[in-house]
Amino acid sequence: MASQLRRSLTVPMATGTALTNTVRVRGLSRSFGSDRVLNDLDLDIAPGEFVALIGRSGSGKSTLLRALAGLDHQVTGELAVDGEVSIAFQEPRLVPWKRVTDNVRLGLRGPDPQARAAAALAEVGLTDRSRAWPLTLSGGEAQRASLARALVRDPSLLLLDEPFSALDALTRIAMHRLVLSLWERHRPAVLLVTHDVDEALALADRVLVLTAGRISHACVVTADRPRDRNQAHLHASRTRLLAELGVDREGKI
Amino acid sequence: MPGNRPALVEEDAPPGPAVRLVPATVPSATTTAPVTAASRPGRGATRRRGATMLRLISPVVVLVAWQLASQSGLISKQKLPPPTQVWSTAVSLVTQDSAAYGTLQGALLVSLERVAIGFAVGASIGLLLAVVAGLSRFGENAVDPLMQMLRTLPLFGLIPVFIVWFGIGVAPKIILIAIGAAIPLYLNAFAGIRNVDPKLGELSRVLHLNRRELIAQIVLPGAMPQILVGLRQSLGVAWLALVVAEQINTNAGLGFMISQATQFLRQDVIIVALLVYCILGLLTDWLVRILERRVLSWRRSFVAA
Repeated sequence: MASQLRRSLTVPMATGTALTNTVRVRGLSRSFGSDRVLNDLDLDIAPGEFVALIGRSGSGKSTLLRALAGLDHQVTGELAVDGEVSIAFQEPRLVPWKRVTDNVRLGLRGPDPQARAAAALAEVGLTDRSRAWPLTLSGGEAQRASLARALVRDPSLLLLDEPFSALDALTRIAMHRLVLSLWERHRPAVLLVTHDVDEALALADRVLVLTAGRISHACVVTADRPRDRNQAHLHASRTRLLAELGVDREGKI
Repeated sequence: MPGNRPALVEEDAPPGPAVRLVPATVPSATTTAPVTAASRPGRGATRRRGATMLRLISPVVVLVAWQLASQSGLISKQKLPPPTQVWSTAVSLVTQDSAAYGTLQGALLVSLERVAIGFAVGASIGLLLAVVAGLSRFGENAVDPLMQMLRTLPLFGLIPVFIVWFGIGVAPKIILIAIGAAIPLYLNAFAGIRNVDPKLGELSRVLHLNRRELIAQIVLPGAMPQILVGLRQSLGVAWLALVVAEQINTNAGLGFMISQATQFLRQDVIIVALLVYCILGLLTDWLVRILERRVLSWRRSFVAA
């Protein structure tokens, strides 16, 4: 199977007219030794669509994300991403010897990177911390800086690799709101990798379950945001998704 | 999760311009930890001044004992002149241009020039080679074996060889200092570069950093703590190489002053010259400390937090 890695540089801003999908993946496979982590996987993400990817540990979530970020060159199959890709990692991965603002503008091309970095930091509410060293930030602040660094590149695809998993519950709720408002304003396609079913249901248009290297279940969520997790059909979706993940009603695995 | 393997070495990545950080395969030759004793924060200035005063006690005691032993005749003044005599010799070396020694400041300038040129050349080469070896397997295979061999070579054993090769002028002295300075900086910088967090290498690929940006923004700052350790070691070796090199076939400099004084049995002049070496060594060490405090402030703020 020939590996076709295509990356166009233009960003078609055709919101609504989904002629070109932002992500188009066909027959994607990746093995580590005899372990087939991605197995003939297909995936489409429309421009501006918010997709959550859930799955148990070892299901291949991170592998897929790394492939989409262009960090894995050993995948086989077809993988095309239309436009710029940005990623916010699980650990915020700020460069410790660069102040917050310099982290955001790191590698930033185009006119006036300083002003764009400042604008991005203002959007995530970190203006007053822009001169701080990363090691002095709280977990939530660091993750917001990481989001600003991803968004300032104006990506057509934003990859979020369990970015909230290390945050406390209250900070996480605040981050959910922030991500939604940023997404509504900039409308990138988003692929959020998470192991939290509630988080996926609260944020995404579509929740995908990854099992053994393949998308085993897809669940479209149409409820308006912000969502109340106690809504009846969300509750039904949660039960179904948990069942897909192998957790039954009593919470037994 | 396989995707999360601590994969810094992207052995599987295709050949191309992408720069990769590769961990070392050779056991690191440096034993010095990259953690510096640079700063112990959270202390008031007064306490620090008090600590400095405490540290001055033992040198002062030694100085007084030396003076007393010399004056009472316990130690022969020919073998070890008292501090007061050393001081007056120093003053006269500065104020009078003697036929045998020249002036102290003249000798100092000559020596400083030699060490500055030798150190600058050696440190630049050491750092450059460390970057070449640190950033690719090819570079490592090309550079590291040679540097490891050079490291084991007794530096001062090279002097007779250098005299044959480069004559007895300034060149062999500067080359000796340069080699001496290059090796510790190379070893430390190489280890430092290989210890840069692989995740930051991955980040720089996601952010499309080019090679120049990767080196200037990620690799060198990341290796900086250890580079500074290497810098201090390099300076130490450079001074040492200067002392040795200068006593061979020179007609100017601190080393020349020492070899002249040896012939005239002037222990006081020798001691003055040695003290000047001491002061120069301390001075450069202090400069590196200041540099450390400036360059590693991001780390200090963490310690203080």
